Amino acid sequence: MYKELGTFSVLYCVLARDIRVALRRQSDVAAVFFFFIIAASLFPLGSGADPKLLKAMAPSVLWVTALLSCMLSLSRMYASDHADGTLEQIMLSNQPTVLIVLMKILAHWLLSGLPLVLVAPLIGVQFNLSGAELQTLALSLLMGTLALSLIGSIGAALTLGIRGTGVLIAILVLPLYIPVLVFGAGAVNAVSIGMSANGALSLLGAVLAMALVFSPLASAAALRIALE
Amino acid sequence: MKNIDIKSNMQTSKFNWLQYASPKIFYPLAGKLIPWCLAGAAILIAYGLYLGLFVAPTDFQQGEGYRIIFVHVPAAWFSMFLYLLMALYAGLGIVLNARLSYMMATAIAPTGAMFTLVALVTGSLWGKPMWGAWWVWDARLTSELILLFLYIGYFSLQAAIDDKSRADKASAVLALVGAINVPIIYFSVKWWNTLHQGASVSLMNAPAMAAVMLKGMLVMAIGFWLYSIAVILIRVRCEILERDSKAAMFRQD
Repeated sequence: MYKELGTFSVLYCVLARDIRVALRRQSDVAAVFFFFIIAASLFPLGSGADPKLLKAMAPSVLWVTALLSCMLSLSRMYASDHADGTLEQIMLSNQPTVLIVLMKILAHWLLSGLPLVLVAPLIGVQFNLSGAELQTLALSLLMGTLALSLIGSIGAALTLGIRGTGVLIAILVLPLYIPVLVFGAGAVNAVSIGMSANGALSLLGAVLAMALVFSPLASAAALRIALE
Repeated sequence: MKNIDIKSNMQTSKFNWLQYASPKIFYPLAGKLIPWCLAGAAILIAYGLYLGLFVAPTDFQQGEGYRIIFVHVPAAWFSMFLYLLMALYAGLGIVLNARLSYMMATAIAPTGAMFTLVALVTGSLWGKPMWGAWWVWDARLTSELILLFLYIGYFSLQAAIDDKSRADKASAVLALVGAINVPIIYFSVKWWNTLHQGASVSLMNAPAMAAVMLKGMLVMAIGFWLYSIAVILIRVRCEILERDSKAAMFRQD
């Protein structure tokens, strides 16, 4: 006989399992991390190392690179679970799908978003950013990458099991990422011209709150369609 | 005798709009509407262009170049309106599980994308003499560009999924997510940068332009509307033929 699990322990299991599975394949997690560092380092090589120019470019470069790194790992979000049938089992469970989807998104963020937040200030230093800007950069990325994982999950669920998924996800998801990019990079830009970042950060928080509500719903609906 | 029965039935029973959700009834109705809409569109667009190009006075500041707005503004209106209409049909499709709604959403997308492209191209043609550049990263032009990206995403998703029913539903979810995002994107881009002149047509305030210009634009807009209906109906009919080609209604024997 199986022991009946409560909702919270099921959610914890989903989260812990996703993280454990990802840590068994550490190269996947590391690849996203190093892609971020390498891609961000390419920009000074293309533009020249003028400190003023680098400082002006830094918010957009770091944010766009972070956005692309987050996107690269999206296709894996549900794919391996889909391939081995786990996803069907999850959808059949008596726990709310929306919350389970939210846990999977959270796991994705912990593995691909959070490392970027931690390393971004270091790269920011290479781009000549100062203390307050680095702080805002980290804070905006902390909120922004979670929003990116949430929105990206819709794209990952919609394209589940389709050929040529990687490029397709990019086309679906990148336009939806624009508000996050605008407010996230806008916050850092505001600090670097001596204004308060509060406005942009609040709006970023609003986008995050909306994504938190809508994207698990949309993702769950998309998964149901994909598994029909 | 039979005819009378049907007639009295029609009068007593409440008229059922949902019957048009059946491709069998919709197909011939659409066929009857198309020529009328096309003729109306041709007349109104010709009249609107006449108003815009010959009757409307030359603008004090912008000279003759401003006349492109008679195409640009209605096209921009319809690019956004058709996206929302597409999302509405997509939502109806999900709620009612009606195949025809999905077909409508599918049929609206190309026309919407076409108007987006027209708005972008005419905007850039207008921008060259006015701003001195083919492309300016101003809020409205940029949102229009992003709208085009959203349409492209919709097409790509639909094209990538082989199973028609899944393609319909998945792209419907995408259209709805996009529709929630359209105002957020518009607002974020506006916050990001605004160079564009303020809105010159608004429902709240009296328009700050000559009455004949407004009339020209509205005539063009109605013309575009009729054109959209006609083209969308033609596309839906093709879609029905393609999907239901084995249905009894199309059998020749």
